[in-house]
Amino acid sequence: MTEHDITLTVNGAEHDLTVESRTLLVHALRDELGYTGTNVGCESSICGACTVRMDGEAVKSCTALAVQADGAEIRTVEDLGTRHDFHPIQEGFQEEHGLQCGYCTPGMMMTALDVLEENPDPTREEIREGLEGNLCRCTGYQNIVNAVQNAAEQMQPAAVADGGEADDDPTPATDGGEER
Amino acid sequence: MTVESVDPGDVDAADILGSAIERREDPALLTGNAEYTDDIQIDGMLHMAVVRSQYGHAELGDVDTSEAEAMDGVHGVYTYEDLTSDETPGAGSFALPTAWLLDSLKQVEHPVLASDRVRHQGDGIAVVVAEDRYTARDAAGAVDVEYERLDAVVHPSDAFAEDAEQIHDDAEGNVAFDWEIGDADKTADAFADASHTASIDLENQLLIANAMEPRAAVADYNPGTDELDVAMTTQNPHVHRLLMAGVIGHPEHKLSVRAPDVGGGFGSKIHHYADEALVAWCSMMHEAPVKWTATRSETYLTDAPGRGHETKAEIAMDDDGNIVGLRVDTKANMGAYLSTFAPAVPTYLYGTLLSGQYDIPAIYGHVKGAFTNVPPVDAYRGAGRPEASFLVERLVHLGAKEMGMDPVAFRRQNFVPDDAFPYETQVAVVYDSGEYEKPMDEALEMLDYENFREEQEQARNEGKYLGVGFSCYIEACGLAPSELAGQLGAQAGLWESSLVRMHPSGTVTAYCGTSGHGQGHGTTYAQIVANELGIPYDDVEVVEGDTDEIPQGMGTYGSRSAAVGGSSLVKSAQKVVEKGKQIAAHQLEADPDDIEFENGQYSVAGAPDRSLSMADVAGQAYLAHDIPDDMEPGLEETSFYDPDNFVFPFGTHAAIVEVDPDSGEIEIERYVAVDDVGNQINPKIVEGQIHGGIAQGVGQALYEGAEYDENATLLTGSMQDYAVPKAEHIPEMETESTVTPSPHNPLGVKGVGEAGTIAAPQAIVNAVADALEPFGVDHVDMPMDAESVWSAVQDNATADGGSDEPAAGTGDDPDAAADDGGER
Repeated sequence: MTEHDITLTVNGAEHDLTVESRTLLVHALRDELGYTGTNVGCESSICGACTVRMDGEAVKSCTALAVQADGAEIRTVEDLGTRHDFHPIQEGFQEEHGLQCGYCTPGMMMTALDVLEENPDPTREEIREGLEGNLCRCTGYQNIVNAVQNAAEQMQPAAVADGGEADDDPTPATDGGEER
Repeated sequence: MTVESVDPGDVDAADILGSAIERREDPALLTGNAEYTDDIQIDGMLHMAVVRSQYGHAELGDVDTSEAEAMDGVHGVYTYEDLTSDETPGAGSFALPTAWLLDSLKQVEHPVLASDRVRHQGDGIAVVVAEDRYTARDAAGAVDVEYERLDAVVHPSDAFAEDAEQIHDDAEGNVAFDWEIGDADKTADAFADASHTASIDLENQLLIANAMEPRAAVADYNPGTDELDVAMTTQNPHVHRLLMAGVIGHPEHKLSVRAPDVGGGFGSKIHHYADEALVAWCSMMHEAPVKWTATRSETYLTDAPGRGHETKAEIAMDDDGNIVGLRVDTKANMGAYLSTFAPAVPTYLYGTLLSGQYDIPAIYGHVKGAFTNVPPVDAYRGAGRPEASFLVERLVHLGAKEMGMDPVAFRRQNFVPDDAFPYETQVAVVYDSGEYEKPMDEALEMLDYENFREEQEQARNEGKYLGVGFSCYIEACGLAPSELAGQLGAQAGLWESSLVRMHPSGTVTAYCGTSGHGQGHGTTYAQIVANELGIPYDDVEVVEGDTDEIPQGMGTYGSRSAAVGGSSLVKSAQKVVEKGKQIAAHQLEADPDDIEFENGQYSVAGAPDRSLSMADVAGQAYLAHDIPDDMEPGLEETSFYDPDNFVFPFGTHAAIVEVDPDSGEIEIERYVAVDDVGNQINPKIVEGQIHGGIAQGVGQALYEGAEYDENATLLTGSMQDYAVPKAEHIPEMETESTVTPSPHNPLGVKGVGEAGTIAAPQAIVNAVADALEPFGVDHVDMPMDAESVWSAVQDNATADGGSDEPAAGTGDDPDAAADDGGER
C-alpha cells in the first residue's frame, strides 16, 4: 500500500503524518491524531456524524481521504468552545436539549455552523433542509432545530435579533461565534 | 407547549425534583470530550474483524484461513474449532444463551462462530486479529469460505409452510414456540354472541434500531492478574458480564464490563452478541488489548431487528358499541437463533397489552414464534408493546367504522373507567392507575377536533383528502416484580440496585445499576438524590454503567430506569437519612423519634435551633468520635429495590395527514401528543424522549423496514437503502402532558422512553385510513410509502370496478362520506 506524507492543520495545530492512500480522513483525525470528538456513524456519507469543516466547508470525513486533506485547515468539535466558554452553537444545543446520546452532535453542530454561515437567520424549514445530511436517532430533530435557531439569535448582531432596536442594547449578541 | 429548560443554579433546592434543568451530561458531549467505545486507544492494541456469511442459509465447506494468516500485520485467524480446542484460553460454552425461557420453547444452539451451517447473512464464520483496523478487514476479506447454499426463509408464514426449508434440525416445522394467553373458549363465545365484528390482516415490519453509534467493544486482558476488562456499547453491563463469563469461560469476578458513553441503544445494545464475546476471547488469546468496531454494514447484518409480526385479528362488539371480545393470531419472526431476551418480546411483552386502554371482557391471543434466516430478532424500542398497541388501535378504528360511530366516541365508551383502577385485564396484568379521558380530551382540544371534521368535509369537496387518526396507547414498563418475571420464564431478576454514599464533607456519589445511553440519568438521578437528602443538586455525582464501580445492576431498557432505578435511589437515600437521624439524635441528646428531617436539616421537634445539617451528620459519621454505641461508622446505604408491579403510562396521540390519492404521498399536517407518564422528574428530558420516540414511530409508519430477498439477502443494508428519517421528514410535534402518578413506586413515575414509538405508528396509519375512506381503503401496511398507498387506492378502485375515483356509495358523493364521519 502506497504511503504518503501529508500535513493537516487541525484546529490551528499543524500535524505531519504518514498515511496510506486509502486512509480515511476521519481515521487519520481519530486514530492517528487523537481528535476523537468526531464520530463515525455510517462510513457512507449519509449520517453526517463525522462532519468536520475543511477550509471552511462542511465535509464528511468518513468518505474523504486523508491525502485529499493534505495542506488543508480542518476544524473539529474540539475547537468550538469549552464548558466554561461555550460557542453559541454549543450553548444552543445545551439550552434547547438538542442532544441525547450526543453521538451525532459534533457533526450536527459543524453542519449547523455551515448553515448559519450561509444564512444567519434561517427559518425552521431552512434549518431542517440544511440538516438533511445529518441523521439523529434520539431527538426527533425538533430540539435540534430549536438549538440552531437559538444559536442564530445569539450569533446575529443585536440589531437584527432585536428587530432594529439595537440602540437600546449596544452589546453584540456574540463576539463572533464561529471564528473564535 | 415547549418546555423551557432552566439552569440548575436558578432552581430552589426544594423544587429540584420536577424542574426542567439543563443536562449535566451535555458539556462533555458538546465539546468532543465524551468517550465512546471506539475512542478508546490503548498502547499495543490489536483490532478484530469478523468474517461474515454472504448468504442467508448455507452449509459451510472448507474455511481456508491460510492466505489471511500469511498477511503482514495479522496476528491470528480463528474459526469455531480454534475456540474450542485445548490450545486456547477459556472453557466456556462458546454459545450465546437465551435468558427468557417459555414452556414450549425450542432452544437451539447459537455458537459464537458458525460450526457447520450459517443461518443468516452476517452470521460469523471466523475472526481475524491484526495490528490495525484496515489490515484486520483486509485479512477478513482474504479468508476463503466454501458455501453450499440452501433455500432460505424470510417470513414466518413461509417458515411454517409445509415444505419449508428446516433451519434447525431439532426445531420441527421451524417452530420456536407456541404460546397463548387469555381465554379461548370465553372469547369464542363472545364472538358467537356478538352482533358486529371487524377484522384485520397485517404485517408489522422488521425494523433496525440504527443507534447512531455502531456496536463496539474493547477488551483488555491482564495476564499478570488474570483480569479481563471490557468496555463496550451496552445498556446493561452486569447482565453482559454474567452472560459473557459463561460464553468465554472466564470467571465473573475476574471480568469487568464498562459502558463508556453509549451513542444510543433503543434495545439493540441489551442483547449479548457474538462479537463481544469474541473480542474478549481474542484479548485473552493474545494477552493484549483488542478492539472491534462494527461498520454500519455490519450493524445492518447483525444488530437484532425488532417487530416482525404477521397477524390476523378481530374485534367483536354488541349492538350498543361495547367491545365484547378480541382475538389475535400472530406469527412472530424470531430470526435464525433465539437472542438474549427474544422469547419475551412477542409473548409477555405483547400479549399482556392486548386490552389496550379498553375494558374488554374476553381476549385470546395466540402467538407462534418462527425460526427464519434473518438475524436473531429481539427488543427494539417498545418491544412487543408497539405491536400490541398498533394492533389494538387499528382494530378499534375498524370497530368504530363497523359500528358507524365516531372513533373518539367509540373509544371513550370503551375506555377502562377512572373508578376501575387498579384494573385487572383478561391478559394477566393489573393496570396501576389511569384516567384515559384526560389526555384524549386535551388532544381533542389541541386539534380543535369538531372544526377539523368540518374542514375535512370541505376539503373532500375540493378533492383534497385529509384524515385524522388517533392512538390511545398504553404501555407497560418497569417490568416487575422478580418473582413474577421468574414465573414467566425470565432467567434474571428485575429489581434494581443502588448505593448512596455520603462523603465526609457532605457531598454525595450515587451509584445505580441502570446504564443510560442518552437518557440523562446523571441529571435526573442527581435531582432525585438531592431532593431526598435535601442537599444541593451540584453536590451529587451519579455513577452508572461499570461493574467495577457498581455492585450489581440490571441495566436500562423497557423504560425501567426512573421507575425502578430511581426508586432504588430513593430507598437508599431514605436509609441514609434514617441512619443520619440516629447520629443526629445522639449528638443532640434527643430521642430519634423527636428528630425531624427537612430541607437537609435534622432538628429537635419544637426546638429548631438544636439542629445539624446533613453535611454535619456525614462528617460526624466518618469521624466516629461520637456516634451511638454499636453503630458502624460511615454513611452509605445500598438497596435492592424490587417493585410490586409494572407501571402503565398511557396517552393519546393524534395525527392529521393529507394524502394525495393520485401519487400516494402522505403529508403529516399536525402531530399532537398528550402523554401521561406519571410524575415527571425533569419535564425537559421527558419532552425530549417523547419527541425522539415519536420520530422513530413516524419512521416505522412511513419510511423504515428491513427487507430481504427470497435468499434472505438484506436489500436494505445501508442508510442509502434503509430510510432513517431526516430532519425534514419529521413534523413539528405539539406535546402536552397529564399527570396520573403511579401508586407502585415512591416517585409516582411511570416511564417515557418508549411511549412515542409505541404511540405514533397507529396514529398515522389511522389518519391515512381516515383520509382514504372515500376510496374504501381501510388499511395500508407499514411503511406506507407512496407506492403502497397509491397501490391500495388502485387495488380498491379495481375491486370497485376500475375507477380510482372515490368508491361507490361514498365517493360519488363526498359529502356522504364526510357526513358519517371521519376516521372510519
